[in-house]
Amino acid sequence: MSGAGYTLNEIMTVAAARLLRNGQVCFVGIGLPSAVANLARLSHAPELVLIYESGTIGAKPDVLPLSIGDGELAETADTVVAVPEIFRYWLQGGRVDIGFLGAAQIDRYANINTTVIGPYDRPKTRLPGAGGAPEIAAAAGEVFIILRQNPRAFVERLDFITSAGHLTGGDSRAKSGARGRGPQVIVTDLGILRPDPESKELVMTSLHPGVTADQARAATGWKLRVADRPEVTEPPRSEELDLLRALHARTARAHGAAPAEG
Amino acid sequence: MAAIMSLREAIAENVRDGDVVAMEGFTHLIPFAAGHEVIRQGRRNLTLVRMTPDIIYDQMIGMGLANRLVFSWGGNPGVGSLHRFRDAVENGHPAPLAVEEHSHADMAARYQAGASGLPFAVLRGYVGSDLPKWNDRIRTVSCPFTGEVLAATPAINPDVTVIHAQQADVRGNVLIWGIVGIQKEAVLAARRAVVTVEEVVERFDATPNACILPHWAVSAVAVVPGGAHPSYTHGYYDRDNAFCKAWDGISRDRRNFADWMEKHVLGTRDFAGFRRSIGLAEAGAAS
Repeated sequence: MSGAGYTLNEIMTVAAARLLRNGQVCFVGIGLPSAVANLARLSHAPELVLIYESGTIGAKPDVLPLSIGDGELAETADTVVAVPEIFRYWLQGGRVDIGFLGAAQIDRYANINTTVIGPYDRPKTRLPGAGGAPEIAAAAGEVFIILRQNPRAFVERLDFITSAGHLTGGDSRAKSGARGRGPQVIVTDLGILRPDPESKELVMTSLHPGVTADQARAATGWKLRVADRPEVTEPPRSEELDLLRALHARTARAHGAAPAEG
Repeated sequence: MAAIMSLREAIAENVRDGDVVAMEGFTHLIPFAAGHEVIRQGRRNLTLVRMTPDIIYDQMIGMGLANRLVFSWGGNPGVGSLHRFRDAVENGHPAPLAVEEHSHADMAARYQAGASGLPFAVLRGYVGSDLPKWNDRIRTVSCPFTGEVLAATPAINPDVTVIHAQQADVRGNVLIWGIVGIQKEAVLAARRAVVTVEEVVERFDATPNACILPHWAVSAVAVVPGGAHPSYTHGYYDRDNAFCKAWDGISRDRRNFADWMEKHVLGTRDFAGFRRSIGLAEAGAAS
């Protein structure tokens, strides 16, 4: 907890939630994206449609799911469909506005690695793998990404591209056949990054209050571009913090665990 | 034609050494009891297929039953890594594990192709991803009408698919509700199918389009109350999150894992014995 009365995880989650608009259809990854999407739904975007890859459409969980397939998601959904249907009709069919993803690693073009650290055939660390992300990253209208900013996560070169961001920059994504516009916003515990309109390289366009450009550069494994006059993220309002903390408290009680991250 | 039999008989008859085995479930309805029975019966050289390998495949891999894993996301949901899976991939312990890796959309499409009698699946997949560089079963096909290039991958047709469901009726028809995952496609893609259920009822109380697998599409049904523990069965019991977290500690160390499996799985006769062994109440009892 900083002297500001909120944590960096909290401002990260709140800043990300503000990006979601009422009525949008959001395909939600587990973990931080799920906290973000549910905070948005509980605050300014009550008609935000949450889709989880387990097949739950219009889920309205009262507590954050521990997994992508919790019963809470099915019980509160408008409908529950089979897994092939969620990917074929709803995602590939073009009905998803925002794909909200987490990542283990990301590069300057917002390509994502969730597969391995080290060589694929002799991995140093075997990560869980692709899940739904490659097709979410390709097919969603646009992609938002949330992850903590540090040199292990923001790397010069990915060991493996699991899911495409802007590939090698410029028009490389447009030429790839991906239908969606790709990553438009990356929210971290230090600030917000957006792709340059031409080169598609990520630029730090906003810093959270008290975070310096040098801090952001030091937390990034490539030579980070910072906007000439980066915005300062609006601090979380007390009603946003109340909603987020209540959500985490309900979740902790329901799962019998310590409150989750973010 | 589904015969209702004991789980021991159902596995003995339908899961064989060297088989391609799909034990499916998407967080919900994971066939843990059936997986334990495969371990007890000492099957070998299995190819394990699953979209989301979790604790039960961690146990099977750690016990050395599998030499190949076909999957799209491997982890302990909400907890972290699968340590036995990682040890097999990173260190070849207890045996090298070949990995064939896809995405969820692809695995789902491959099961659909298998269930549909088609040789391959087509999807808008893997755009910009490195996965096709490491998996030569991810290829491309050109649309004969537009020329557009799409991802193509072979159908999945398991020798046997094993799932858990809420109910069977007395004829062996199977009813599933809640998150239905990929189970119907996985059963219809397979040569044989084993279904464990919470209970057998005289007749279902369900709408006509509830997910019902007709008895003649299933090889064997076995009644195993609580058989999806520590995952959950919608309408019956919640997931045992404490167990899923505890598994992280049990599985981290090779010796600790082997002792635990010896004591609780190999050292018990059936799933009811396993449940008693780890201190759970009798399944089906009022909770």
